[in-house]
Amino acid sequence: MELIVAATVGVLTSAGIYLILRLRTFPVILGMAMLSYAVNVFLFSTGRLATGMPPVLDHHAKHVDPSLYTDPLPQALVLTAIVISFGMTAVLVLISLGAFLEAKHDKIDISDEEADA
Amino acid sequence: MNNASLLPIMALLPFLGALVPGLMIRAGRTACATFTAVPTILALVMLGLCAPDVFRGEVLQIEFEWLPALGLSVSFFLDGLGLLFAGMILFVGLLITLYARFYLSGDDPAGQFFTYLLLFQGAMLGIVLSNNILLLLIFWELTSLSSFLLIGYWTHLPEGRQGARMALTVTGMGGLSMIAGMLILGNIAGSYELTDILAAGDAIKSSDYYLPALLLILGGAFTKSAQFPFHFWLPHAMAAPTPVSAYLHSATMVKAGVFLMARMWPALAGTDAWFYAVGTVGLITMVLGALIALFKDDLKALLAFSTVSHLGLLTMMLGFGTEAAAIGAVFHIINHLTFKAALFMTAGIVDHEAHTRDIKRLGGLRHLMPITFVIAVIAGLSMAGIPLFNGFLSKELMLEEAAHTDWRGSHYAVPILATLGALLSVAYSFRFISHTFFGPVRDDYPAKPHDPNFGMWAAPGLLVVLVLLIGIFPQATVGPLVELAATAVVGHELHHWHDLKIWHGVTPALIMSAIAVLGGLILLALHRPLERLWNAVPRPEAKVIFDHVVGWAVAGSDWIAHKTHNGAISRYLAIFVVSTLALGAIAASGGGLAPATRALLPVPPLAWIGFLLLVVAAIAVVLLHRERFLSLILISIVGLGVSGGFVYLSAPDLALTQISVETVTIMLMLLALHFLPKSTPAESGIFRRVRDGAIALGVGGAVASLTFAFLLRDFSSISEFHLTQSKVGGGGTNVVNVILVDFRGYDTFGEIIVLGIAGLIIYALMHALLDGPAARRLRNWEFTQERSRDRHPMLMVIATRVMLPMTAMVGVYIFLRGHNEPGGGFVAGLIIAIALLMQYMASGFGWAQERQRIEYHAMIGWGVAIAGLTGTAAWLFGKPFLTSSFGYFHIPPIEEFELATAMAFDLGVFLTVLGAVMLMLYSLSRIARYAGETVNTAAMDYDPSQGIRETTEEER
Repeated sequence: MELIVAATVGVLTSAGIYLILRLRTFPVILGMAMLSYAVNVFLFSTGRLATGMPPVLDHHAKHVDPSLYTDPLPQALVLTAIVISFGMTAVLVLISLGAFLEAKHDKIDISDEEADA
Repeated sequence: MNNASLLPIMALLPFLGALVPGLMIRAGRTACATFTAVPTILALVMLGLCAPDVFRGEVLQIEFEWLPALGLSVSFFLDGLGLLFAGMILFVGLLITLYARFYLSGDDPAGQFFTYLLLFQGAMLGIVLSNNILLLLIFWELTSLSSFLLIGYWTHLPEGRQGARMALTVTGMGGLSMIAGMLILGNIAGSYELTDILAAGDAIKSSDYYLPALLLILGGAFTKSAQFPFHFWLPHAMAAPTPVSAYLHSATMVKAGVFLMARMWPALAGTDAWFYAVGTVGLITMVLGALIALFKDDLKALLAFSTVSHLGLLTMMLGFGTEAAAIGAVFHIINHLTFKAALFMTAGIVDHEAHTRDIKRLGGLRHLMPITFVIAVIAGLSMAGIPLFNGFLSKELMLEEAAHTDWRGSHYAVPILATLGALLSVAYSFRFISHTFFGPVRDDYPAKPHDPNFGMWAAPGLLVVLVLLIGIFPQATVGPLVELAATAVVGHELHHWHDLKIWHGVTPALIMSAIAVLGGLILLALHRPLERLWNAVPRPEAKVIFDHVVGWAVAGSDWIAHKTHNGAISRYLAIFVVSTLALGAIAASGGGLAPATRALLPVPPLAWIGFLLLVVAAIAVVLLHRERFLSLILISIVGLGVSGGFVYLSAPDLALTQISVETVTIMLMLLALHFLPKSTPAESGIFRRVRDGAIALGVGGAVASLTFAFLLRDFSSISEFHLTQSKVGGGGTNVVNVILVDFRGYDTFGEIIVLGIAGLIIYALMHALLDGPAARRLRNWEFTQERSRDRHPMLMVIATRVMLPMTAMVGVYIFLRGHNEPGGGFVAGLIIAIALLMQYMASGFGWAQERQRIEYHAMIGWGVAIAGLTGTAAWLFGKPFLTSSFGYFHIPPIEEFELATAMAFDLGVFLTVLGAVMLMLYSLSRIARYAGETVNTAAMDYDPSQGIRETTEEER
């Protein structure tokens, strides 16, 4: 299992990096989304992998045995990260839309004429 | 109450007071000035309460820790020197407020002026009261900034803006140099507390780092006090309104450098380096300033260079490093304040009434403006150093010291140059008086000059009364204060204190004075031919040099910026990614890897299928990214795969969140794609693609191996605490949710604020777009896409409406159970957002918007407010911010349930998420509507309840 999670992170990162190096806004946004997945899975996996041990405590148990549950902390961090990366993607999308409408093209790089202006 | 506790209040008062005039900008000059005077008077009263303690010889001190690890504390102290300066700053501040009330015209934004004035006053007060040199530096920089605002107050004048920039550049650079010097000094002394540093004077002077520290600190003091060769900014700062000039150049800004040298006296003075650096610079500045002043025609420029000259005098006295010189310097600080502030105000009055300050266009004003004339004569004679006026007394002390000072073995250099300075000073002072007020009355003044009303001459009038009183009864008026302040400067009891008196007998100083007065009068008589000579001789113009240096710096920065930032963002990204990879590789090559301690988990077939799907989808996105709609569908498969993985790997909360975020994200991108090109052109060549592919594979491989490496190794986690405390401490069994709303509630609070801001940014961007050139493009938008004829199909409308209450119920359920089972505010907010979105999609924007009663911005605001209030509620019970509490309740017939304050916090999270998501999508659909998207007001294209209408004859 560890191997395929690591491979997933690797594939998502590669795809994300390749896409953010493209020259138009839309692939870059896709790339950022892809990188967000990769980073979230990466962060999540720092708590190590476990199956069937969700960090939801048994209601009836008197004492909590921490070895029965997976690490909840990375999950809490990733949860907010997912929501924040949505906010970031949304801002990015609107900025690229605005840039396209104002500049009449959706290129990422600033051309020399635009730089001078 | 101990009087020391008044010090921080005193330092804070002007800053608090600064808010008031700025807010009541429409209330008029009188109201603004009154509210400026209130904090000043209060601070003066407090200073008065502290004064008796200081006169008893106590040093009031108070300290609060700020960043103890850095040695930075908020600590204030008040000794004789601080008392003198604080008193001057506040007293003159009050006079300036009164004067400015009448000087400013009704068109000037008075609120702004008084706000800047109070800011500046607060910063100055902070400098003289600080007991921590780091805190002092903060106030020091604040004076640079606030004086920038004051000098550039008349923003419509180019000279004002240039002068303000020049002042900021020069004093700002000096400030930087002083920061470096102060840090060295603090290191030598082992403390940043001023009292410790002053006590460690001997250790400092014998340190190897003494010279660099001294020179760097002097860099700050010299720039601030306009010492040669940094004197050029001060005359250009004269473009400021006259009250500003009077304040900055008599009692405050430029005296800050002098104050600093006096303050650091016990720690730094008394060495050869100090004498030659400070004494020489002061001497040169004194003579040079006085010489230039003699040939200035602008009254304010004349006074500005005279200020430069007098600051040189003070610097020189401090440079002498003897006790008597310190006494003379302190005395002259007081005297200079009184006559110079009065003179600036007089120049302002002349300017105000005659509409010119050009000395060549004035003359004969003594009959037209008798009151102003009397004030100017008294202050001017004091500046010239004529007996019975206070300027004479401190000038005598200066000449007396100069007469005993050797410079590199020469007995005459200092006395002769000092006499020359005094002589020039007499000349320009008499020129100021005679060329403005004497001579025949002219008939070509730009305006008809007359004396101003009482409000305007009251302040300078009061000052010249002081000039006379101090001049005639020096010991009775300021003697004890001078003694007190001079004691503080030298840092020990004065050994040679003599009461201040007018007559010392025939001393060398008196003879030098006499030569100065006679010489000055001769010089004035010869002014016309001398002026021709002065104008004929070429001399370097400081402003031109300054402008050139600035020009070179700008060109250099431009060059660097253009070379590194050429606009190719994809290149920056490539460089950034590759350097990160290289750094990572270097780091990884350094250390070995501990052996693996965890076994691999088995992979069931379902996981394999999920993994393959995900990888294939990710690769497909890369290969097909030019087809934008297709790649959106493909990337959603990746998102689904990731959420599936979360379910399998014991993270139900993450799976729920990921899947709902995924939905919203795809919708958002679809909406945006409506206006973006539908495909990406193939632009990059094969080389570039291979290069990018190699970079991507390299990084991916590195990240994958890193992940694999740590997945196989154990670690220690703090999560045990969270797991064991979740139920007993936080009252919930869903540990992830308890962490979010309780253990790490502060983080979550920050995060919802960020999300809310993101929503508002999008809303603002939408508005900016619809106001700009993009709006024109949108108005003429041609939709090339083929469109559905039935955009709001009945089936979908009905289905989504039936689903709305159900989805809402699911949302509420997910929210309520969040504390104990997977769910919570984040997920619930997203679910409700999706439910609402479906209404927009099915029934159309117009219909849905009409039924939307709550503004989304308000929802964000309420969300953040509720979360914040829940946090602050903990204060009522004496607990820290965001401490939660919970209890169990039983209301029949419902079974026992639990309520936690964390739930209210989660409600805030819920509202913010809902509001932000909806605001984002709402903004995008506003754009669509602007582009001429038809808006339906009815829910469906056909309303079945109305029956099918017969087509009428005309329509056919």
